[in-house]
Amino acid sequence: MSYRSIVLVKQVPDTANISGQVMKPDGTVNRAMLPAIFNPEDKVALELALQTRDKFGGEVIALTMGPPKASELLRECLYMGADKVILISDRKFAGADTLATSYVLSEAIKKIGSFDMIFAGRQAIDGDTAQVGPQTAEKLELPQVTYTEKIVDINKNKITIRRRIDGGHEVLESPLPLLITVIKDAAIPRPFRATRVMAYKNARSLVELEKMVEGNSLLYIEDLKDEYIAKSLFIETLTMDELSVEAERCGLQGSPTKVYKIDSVVLGGGKHIKIEPTKEGLGQLVDKLMVDHIFG
Amino acid sequence: MEKFSNEVWVFVEQRSGKPAEVSFELLSKGRKLAEILKGTLKAVVIGSEMHKVARQTFQYGAKECLLVDHPELKDYKTVPYSRVMIELVSKYIPRVVLYGASFIGRDLAPRVASYTRSGLTADCTDLQISDLTYLRKDYKDLLLQIRPAFGGNIIATIITPDVPIQMATVREGVMENVPLDTAVKGKIVEIPYTPDKIDKMINIIEKYQEENKVNLKSAPIIVAGGYGMGSKENFGVLHELAHVIGGEVAGSRAAVDAGFIPHERQVGQTGVTVRPKLYVACGISGAIQHRAGMQNSNKIIAINNDPEAPIFDVCHYGIVGNVMDVIPDFIEAYKHKLK
Repeated sequence: MSYRSIVLVKQVPDTANISGQVMKPDGTVNRAMLPAIFNPEDKVALELALQTRDKFGGEVIALTMGPPKASELLRECLYMGADKVILISDRKFAGADTLATSYVLSEAIKKIGSFDMIFAGRQAIDGDTAQVGPQTAEKLELPQVTYTEKIVDINKNKITIRRRIDGGHEVLESPLPLLITVIKDAAIPRPFRATRVMAYKNARSLVELEKMVEGNSLLYIEDLKDEYIAKSLFIETLTMDELSVEAERCGLQGSPTKVYKIDSVVLGGGKHIKIEPTKEGLGQLVDKLMVDHIFG
Repeated sequence: MEKFSNEVWVFVEQRSGKPAEVSFELLSKGRKLAEILKGTLKAVVIGSEMHKVARQTFQYGAKECLLVDHPELKDYKTVPYSRVMIELVSKYIPRVVLYGASFIGRDLAPRVASYTRSGLTADCTDLQISDLTYLRKDYKDLLLQIRPAFGGNIIATIITPDVPIQMATVREGVMENVPLDTAVKGKIVEIPYTPDKIDKMINIIEKYQEENKVNLKSAPIIVAGGYGMGSKENFGVLHELAHVIGGEVAGSRAAVDAGFIPHERQVGQTGVTVRPKLYVACGISGAIQHRAGMQNSNKIIAINNDPEAPIFDVCHYGIVGNVMDVIPDFIEAYKHKLK
């Protein structure tokens, strides 16, 4: 029996390498200013989906919502082995919180059609919320298994999963379809395959093709799109027009959470007692801690 | 302006019938929020044979405990619990709902927020109630959901101004556990549970859970290492120091991610929040997420070879130097003075 999986992936700013001027005045993030990477746990989710396909057969579709730049992430999914990738991109989707994001994702998934499993990383490193997976599951009225450590088995229409819980783990048995979020330890993502990099490095999404057309009066978008489709290098792109979504539930408008203010972390200048890293200095420190009633 | 309720709800989480510490911390905080809102604190308890736990919430000021008690609700399962919670929240439309940012709370809260289209902020490090003006509109008594964001470079204050229900998750240890001297005269409201076949879609076929052996929260002294320790082997000196002065060893998220120390010993926003008598931060730069988990310690010693490290802004005693040189000398000085 083969299975059709959808993997939710996200391109995230590399939060370990943030410089100053990345926040816009409205409190949202200017992602263009940041190095963008494949959200680590989403990459693990893709790997787990690929392993499932390699074992049982089927198809893996990677789905992301993001700016045109997120096409890069989808090419990486193709390099790893995804059978198909889809970009959801529209200015009207910008500024979405987890609720608006899960709404658009769930509508896109309905458009993709039938599936057996949806995989996602537990959380993305830019927000660490872990909310988009469960919220997408709720909107699709699917059961969910979060914090997945391992897929123990899939047998016909039944999946057995081990998940982490506080102080241990539990093993669950669920019917398909369902949504699974995975933690970092669930799998080690495979490297890009050179043959796939060669095959897909020129894959382009609609928004990227539109950019190519912009500065070139000899190119027509419809022709270019057909050419890329013929070469199997077209990355399917869904905009608001292609999805049956209510505009007021999308993007900033559809997001109940608002950033009221952003405070940069102000450093106080350090009103502490300086201790010399010498034997005498440390002796004095022990004395002080005895006075503080911490030692002794 | 729309009239919203002024009820503050806390989802009281239980594992094998035992209430989670974080739930009492949230009840303590929720009581303060309810006072400011001039509203009512209510607890929601879901489980099997939970009457005793339901009564315990009165010790924290819950005027009412909504109790959903049924043998089939003994263990947490996503579908039945979220179904019950969604039903209650949709019916009563509380103004604030708080959940522990635990494996259970983080599985449950997003589904409830999704169905009720409420705002939800994860891992808050502070919650306040305030009047404010947002986009030239005045709002009264909004919940300010405060959390570090973006790799700890900023502290974000999140609001959910135009929706009736404001939800947040908070890690264990972030809020203080403050029971009342005398319990309030609360009322248990039993809510019937009607099993549905979708509740049984997922079955738990094996469960392994142990009491947290590592109890950082109650350790009087914590010796913590960061990425600056360089290796797992170098953590040896921290274990030695902890052994000599009678403390537990902990680490920053970076140290945990690097595999220097296990996850259950992580201090910070996404780990444990601690308030020991003494916190020794070794090779920890002091990102806001880490500081959120330790800055209320009674005394903090920071050892770092970078004099500009932000950890020096929250410490009481600062030592600029190499941890691997300083710690052995510190141990020696301790032994010398207290032999």
